[in-house]
Amino acid sequence: MAKILMKGNEAIAEAAVKAGAQGYFCYPITPQSEVAEYMSRRMPELGRVFLQGESEVAVGNMLFGAASTGLRVFTTSSSPGISLMQEAISYMAGAQLPAVIVNIMRGGPGLGGILPAQSDYFQAVKGGGHGDYRLLVLAPSTVQEAVDLMMLSFHLADKYRNPVMMIGDGMIGQMMEAVEFPDEYKEDPLPPKDWDLTGAKGRSPRVVKSLFLDPVKLEDNSWLLHEKYERMKREEVRYELYKVSAKNKILIIAYGTMARICQTAIDELEQEGISVGLFRPISLFPFPEKEIKKEASKKNIQTVLTVEMSTAQMMEDVERAVLGAKPMAFFGHTGGIVPTP
Amino acid sequence: MANHSNTIFSRPEALYDTVTHYCPGCTHGVIHRLVAESLDELGVRERTVGVAPVGCSVLAYNYINCDFMEAAHGRAPALATGFKRMRPDMIVFTYQGDGDLASIGMGEIVHAANRGEKITVIFVNNAIYGMTGGQMAPTTLANQITTTSPNGRNVTDTGYPIRIAELLATLQTPGYIERVAVHTPQHIIHAKKVIRRAFKYQVENRCFSLIEVLSTCPTNWGYTPGEAIKWLEDNMRPYFPLGCFKTPDVKEVR
Repeated sequence: MAKILMKGNEAIAEAAVKAGAQGYFCYPITPQSEVAEYMSRRMPELGRVFLQGESEVAVGNMLFGAASTGLRVFTTSSSPGISLMQEAISYMAGAQLPAVIVNIMRGGPGLGGILPAQSDYFQAVKGGGHGDYRLLVLAPSTVQEAVDLMMLSFHLADKYRNPVMMIGDGMIGQMMEAVEFPDEYKEDPLPPKDWDLTGAKGRSPRVVKSLFLDPVKLEDNSWLLHEKYERMKREEVRYELYKVSAKNKILIIAYGTMARICQTAIDELEQEGISVGLFRPISLFPFPEKEIKKEASKKNIQTVLTVEMSTAQMMEDVERAVLGAKPMAFFGHTGGIVPTP
Repeated sequence: MANHSNTIFSRPEALYDTVTHYCPGCTHGVIHRLVAESLDELGVRERTVGVAPVGCSVLAYNYINCDFMEAAHGRAPALATGFKRMRPDMIVFTYQGDGDLASIGMGEIVHAANRGEKITVIFVNNAIYGMTGGQMAPTTLANQITTTSPNGRNVTDTGYPIRIAELLATLQTPGYIERVAVHTPQHIIHAKKVIRRAFKYQVENRCFSLIEVLSTCPTNWGYTPGEAIKWLEDNMRPYFPLGCFKTPDVKEVR
């Protein structure tokens, strides 16, 4: 298929359509409302479900109900809206429901602002809602990558029966870039569903729930979830290296839009004779700990520099990966300020 | 010799043969049975999904024999909406108490009703939070003593009890809304007809329906089962009048 020029938010919407999303539930919030506007036309023309709910609290719970059918469903929102969805996200993780949630991040805390930020890292990666659970978290750095990761998110949600969150900052949502969609959506085979609610015809009733009043059963469920997260750590680590070489003095760790800005800075520094490499995590959970440790431990690296559009949230995970092996530094802006190279 | 016995009463297929966890004199069991009988009679048990609430009926799926989802407190109408929109061929009902529906879930029920979701809501009103130990609910009567209104509900501080059926009946969107009670055999017989009608409207894909059922809570009211029935009759019925507040058959019902 030929390349077309698309805004990030619309490209994400179309990617979900291509990946077979049968239902989309939403509540308007800047800077991602274009997804809802696009889907309000696109889904009905395909005979699929579009619904604007009364709040993000309701939308998150509509997603729970919709996901219980076993059909592919998703929602998109931005930081304050994602906070309101944490209730349903925790319940979906506990009940092992697959769903895709996109957070086009804006500055916080509170109402914050509407400009791009990466300050929901902890919320996405460390839980957000209550209980022992994790989301599989992916972070694109271009509109094309947002398309690719959006399609992958639906597959991973089904593979692990777990909510998957794709986080992009406002820049990813609002920027226009040339994107290419595959002619045909292809994915690896998935196990047949034996949990979806289709009516108790010719079988015993099924219950989709996160309630286990017996502490032994609740603990069993928590360890079952834990095993899934350990499997994700083995199988779903994704990252990219840029100009990483034995000449590097500094290793930058950055993701999303920030990583892209760092690439330009690295190119400019190269002209000045300063060699810097970039390690870009694509999966934020699972975090590429071993891989960062390996790159940071190389003899030529003198400093590990974490760069974020937040006040050093991911840096805690980088520190955990590097384990004091090298001096650490941080550079960042937040609140909607996007640094220039 | 031919067997001349006829079965005139039996457990509905949609109800499990199990031991109840509900307190003596609680009417949840009766309401569960009316739901189960309705599913059986309409022949829809095998294409029905129930949504259990948070509250005493959180384990409704241990009694009603169909697929179920377990909702967060108050969010059952949102779950039901999500499911029904994806699978309009299936029958979806929520079963919610007054703390669940009229307090934390007020937003979800109003908007589900206003969108005209083709779901059936069984709203059990016993004027108190049961499972958490008898706290004041939005439906708690004026001067009623609860664990969080130890001197009786003071309406100047906490407002008056909310009449959900009347409130939802003000919406322009067509729907079926009726309040019934299950504290006497006559009332149970009528409640059964009403609950069955609510499911029938869904089978016909006609409208949203909510049936408010006045129910007893002897344990948290501090009465014997017999006293609780009298308390419902003497105190709840005058404030929560029984009757149909909205029907898809007639344009306006007053």
